[in-house]
Order: sequence, then C-alpha cells, then structure tokens
Amino acid sequence: MSTERGVHDADMARQLARKPRRFERLIVGSLFIAGAISIAITIGILWELGSESLLFFLDDDVTLGKFFFSTEWSPQAGSFGIWPLILGTMLITVIALLVAIPVGLSAAIYLSEYASPRVRNFLKPVLEILVGIPTVVFGFFALTFMTPLLRSIFGSQVGFFNVLSAGIVVGLLIVPLVSSLAEDAMAAVPDSLRQASYGLGASRLETSLRVVVPAALSGIAAGVVVAMSRAVGETMVVTLASGASPRNFSLADDSLFGYILSPFEGAQTMTGYIAITASGDISYDTIDYNSIFAIGLTLFVITLGLNSLSRRIVKRFRQEYE
Amino acid sequence: MTDTPDATVVTPPTTVPNPGSGAAESGTSSAQGTGVIETENMDVFYGDFKAVADVTMKFAFNEISALIGPSGCGKSTVLRALNRMNDLIPSARVDGEVRYHGANIYDPSVDPVEIRRRIGMVFQKPNPFPKSIYDNIAWGAKINGFKGSKSDMRDLVQGALEQAALWDEVKDKLTESGLSLSGGQQQRLCIARAIATQPDVILMDEPCSALDPIATLRIEELMLELKENYSIIIVTHNMQQAARVSGKTAFFNVELDTTGQRTGYLVEFSPTDELFTSPRMKATEDYITGRFG
Ligand SMILES: Nc1ncnc2c1ncn2[C@@H]1O[C@H](COP(=O)(O)OP(=O)(O)OP(=O)(O)O)[C@@H](O)[C@H]1O
Ligand SMILES: [Mg+2]
Repeated sequence: MSTERGVHDADMARQLARKPRRFERLIVGSLFIAGAISIAITIGILWELGSESLLFFLDDDVTLGKFFFSTEWSPQAGSFGIWPLILGTMLITVIALLVAIPVGLSAAIYLSEYASPRVRNFLKPVLEILVGIPTVVFGFFALTFMTPLLRSIFGSQVGFFNVLSAGIVVGLLIVPLVSSLAEDAMAAVPDSLRQASYGLGASRLETSLRVVVPAALSGIAAGVVVAMSRAVGETMVVTLASGASPRNFSLADDSLFGYILSPFEGAQTMTGYIAITASGDISYDTIDYNSIFAIGLTLFVITLGLNSLSRRIVKRFRQEYE
Repeated sequence: MTDTPDATVVTPPTTVPNPGSGAAESGTSSAQGTGVIETENMDVFYGDFKAVADVTMKFAFNEISALIGPSGCGKSTVLRALNRMNDLIPSARVDGEVRYHGANIYDPSVDPVEIRRRIGMVFQKPNPFPKSIYDNIAWGAKINGFKGSKSDMRDLVQGALEQAALWDEVKDKLTESGLSLSGGQQQRLCIARAIATQPDVILMDEPCSALDPIATLRIEELMLELKENYSIIIVTHNMQQAARVSGKTAFFNVELDTTGQRTGYLVEFSPTDELFTSPRMKATEDYITGRFG
C-alpha cells in the first residue's frame, strides 16, 4: 500500500503533524488550575494550623507533655490537657458506631440482597436524602427528642447534656454513609458467589451473612472507617446535645465505668470546643485562641489517619478480586 | 475413555465409553417410567419471553445425560429450571411440571433450598469462595447441617477432594485461598464442594469450557467415576465431550415462532450412540454434522 501511494508521502507528513488544539489546551490548563487550587488550599490550612499551633505550644503555660498527658482541660485555669476532649469525641464516636454499624449494615444487606429492584430504587434515594438534612436539625432532634426520651427511660441520672443522646443521633446521622458504602461493597461481590452458595443449598440469609458479607468485608470496613471519621468530625449535634464542659477526670480518683466512661454525663468534644471557642469573643493571639488550632491539628491528624486506614483496607479489598 | 479427544470429526460411536453401562442398572426403573428428574410440558419464561417451550424429558438414575444445541436455545435455562436456580432471576417463571423422585418441585409447598441441597450445581466459570480450600468444601457441608466432629469434617473434606481428583495437588496447602488455584483446579474444587454436600443429582453447565484439554479430560474421567453414585446432567458445547461421557443426549434447537420470538425446544433425547450415528430428526443430523447456521 505504501509503495503504491509513495507519491503522497510528503503530504502524509503534513497530515500527521501535530495540530495546535488550542481549546483542548485551555481546558487542560483550567483543570490543572482547579486541581492546584485545592492542593494550595489544603497546604494553606495545614500552614495556618501548624503555625498557630506552634504559637500555642511556645506559650509558657503549655508544654507538649501536659497537652498530651494531662487529663484536665480548663483554659481559664491554664490547664490544657487534651484528653478530656478526646474522651468526649471517643465516647460519642463509639456510641455512634454502635448505632450505625448494625443499623447501616442491616439496611445494606436488605437493600443489596433482599429488596426487589423497585423497592431498592425507592429506598436508596430516601436514604441519601437523609445525608442532606442540615446537622443542626439533627442537633435539635437530639436535644428535644432523644434526650427527653432517654430521661424517660433511664430517669434523672441522664443529664440534660449527655453523650448518649449525642452519640445515638450522630449514629443515625452516619447510618446512610455506612449503608451506602456497605451496599456498594456488597454489590461488587460477584453474582457467581451467590449462585455458588445457593447452588449448595444455602438459604438467602446464609448466603447474605456467610458469603456476601465476608466477601465484602474489607469494603464494609473501609466504609465504617469513613463513617467513623465523619463522626469524629461532627460538630453541630455534639455542641447542642453534649454540652460545653470538658469531662475533666483523674485516673486515680474517678472510677472508670462510673464517671469517666459514663454515657449519661455530658462531655465536650474537640469539635465542640473549637465551635464554642471560635464563636465566643476571644481576641487574637491569646492562648485560648491558639489552642483551637492545636486541637484542629490533632483532629486533622486523627481523620487523616482514619482516611488512610480506609484506603489501605480498600486496596486490600481490590487485590482480593483481581 | 482414555482416548485423546478427536478434534476434527464428530466422534464415531466406537469411542463412546460404555454407552449402556449406566443405563444397564437403571434400565428397569426408567423402563417403568421413573427417572430421577422428569419434566413434563415445561415452559420457561423470562418475563413475557418464552425461552423454552414444552420440554418433556426423563433423566435416568446414575447416568450422565448431556444437553447440546446451538447457543441461545435454552440449555442453561432448562438446567437451571431443574433445581430452581431460576428462582434467582426475578423475571424467570416455569410452567408445567418438574418432578424430582416423583414430587413436583414447583409445588408451592416445596422449599427451593431443600431442592438445591439434593440437586447440586457446578457452573461454567469456576466460582470458589474467597475462603481457604478447606473452608470452600467444609462450608457447604456445614450449611447442609453437618454435625460431625472436627476430624469427621477433615475426613469429609479429604474424601471430597479425593473424589474430585484434587487431593494430591492441594493436600499441603488446604489453608490457602481457593482463588490461588489454577482454573482447572478451581473447577475440580467446585465439583468437590458440590460432592461434599452429598447431593443426589449434579447439574453441570459447560463445566469444561474454561479449561484446557488435559484439565477437561480429568473432569470427564471424574464424571464417569461419579456416575456410580450420582446422576449427572451436563450442558456442553463440545459434541465430542457429550459423546465421550454421556449415556443419553438431548438436542435442543431454537426457532422463530409466529410472533418472532426465539423459543428453544427439545428436538430429541436419545441414547448418545444413536443420536450421533442415526439421529431421528433432520435438525439433529444437520447440527451434529456441522451443517448448521
Ligand atoms: N436472565 C435472563 N433474563 C432474560 N433472558 C434470558 C436470561 N437468561 C437467558 N435468557 C434468554 O433465554 C434464552 C436461552 O438462554 P440460555 O442461556 O438458556 O441459552 P443456552 O442454550 O444456555 O446458550 P449458550 O449455549 O450460549 O450458553 C436466550 O434467548 C437468552 O437471551
Ligand atoms: Mg448456557
């Protein structure tokens, strides 16, 4: 063919030459800028968090040792030990997961293994609408419905502000996240495994719980970790329902299960402290002001850790099905 | 049966392995009219689409029956109808009767799980669970109410793997994932898994289509051994395979009906050697001699 058309070879070189494609370059350029902006913003946030935290730790009242090992957080008294705030966050996160994992996973199993396509197409959007409800509404729900409900069940030992109410409602808040991520993971389980299971005489429940869920476990776990970092970062519900006093404690004097881990008492969380302090009238460059950045940095590190954990889990999951 | 597969010519009857051996012991019962599975005027629909029409056939005890026919004629559909795997397809519906040991498996009072425990299935693509080799086999037995001790279970697993001619290859790596095996080994693992639940009938849908000729031959040998204890129904695209292993062969065809639907139907179901040497129907002859679209 090339010998036949040899005469056109010079023309061919021109046809094969690169075209300018200006429009395409414009698009690529703007995409790059958009990407660069988001990275720049992340770096900016880190810079701000880091430099302000540095000021905090350089203060004479604060030492790294006290920050990480003291169990008292009273900015007015000059005690900056982060543990009471971490305790509040942890309690609420654990309660939230205790609610969200069983409810979210059951919903996912139902949607993925039981619901007919019609029911699924109706329920999935409904669940996703829940994600769009402003969290302040959930906070109000905790305060005006969940807390009174808990008080009517457990009596007056339940404080007006308590971590149980906040935790349950944060749990409900992250149910859609757990269920939709878990459902995605279960939908990715090849149908051939279900057929294998049914073909061996397994029932639908046995197939769901003992074939599909284990095969999707890494994806489900990754979803739970994502939901967990969402719970750790949740602010509005905890600020409204769990109160503004850090649960200062002493490992020597307080009983672990009586006071320290009590679900009926309130406890300020890391996010709650930041929200309250930042919205109060504090002046720049006071130690209180700087402390919120140190806590922000701690939160950032925790959620970053959780997210990279979930990515690690997902990566393992992918390998399983190559 | 140790003959190498003849790749070019449709297998002459002389290479059919003991065509009557399975029929010999079951001959009396099938003569009396009871097969292990019987269908009567069975239609299978997907929604409004009639995929196969009016299938009446009788599968004999301890025999290998083969289903052959052009792609899309409904072989898999028929096979899945025999142990209610079609239930998993929401649009699928079966009319007519399918009887297992005389009982209609589509009777509303019948639990499909009980049917599938007795009528196991091996699929076209090997589908081991992402569990260890050991657990792949133990799992099905546990689901089926295995109550024995740990060492009983070990015996069961070993027995199933030996029957599936896989034991020697995997006995040192029972804890490794079933997915770490080769395709042919995976398929034998799936057969072992099906055997371990001690079914009565094993359905196989093109079990060798993903395998090389040597792995195929091993599975064929395995089927011939299993025939002693199980009734086997196999779908295959490979006519030599049907000729090598089966005692009876059913030929399905597909035709445009008056409304333009492509509905499959049973052309004939005859002893394998007869079907391949002196088919009763013209369509069968056209198909087996390759004179077919
Ligand atoms: N799940 C399904 N939903 C709808 N139609 C289906 C479904 N499965 C099969 N069919 C249709 O039923 C007919 C028979 O299909 P089937 O898979 O039984 O054919 P087959 O003989 O096994 O073909 P092959 O040899 O290619 O496997 C085809 O027309 C196919 O399109
Ligand atoms: Mg098929």
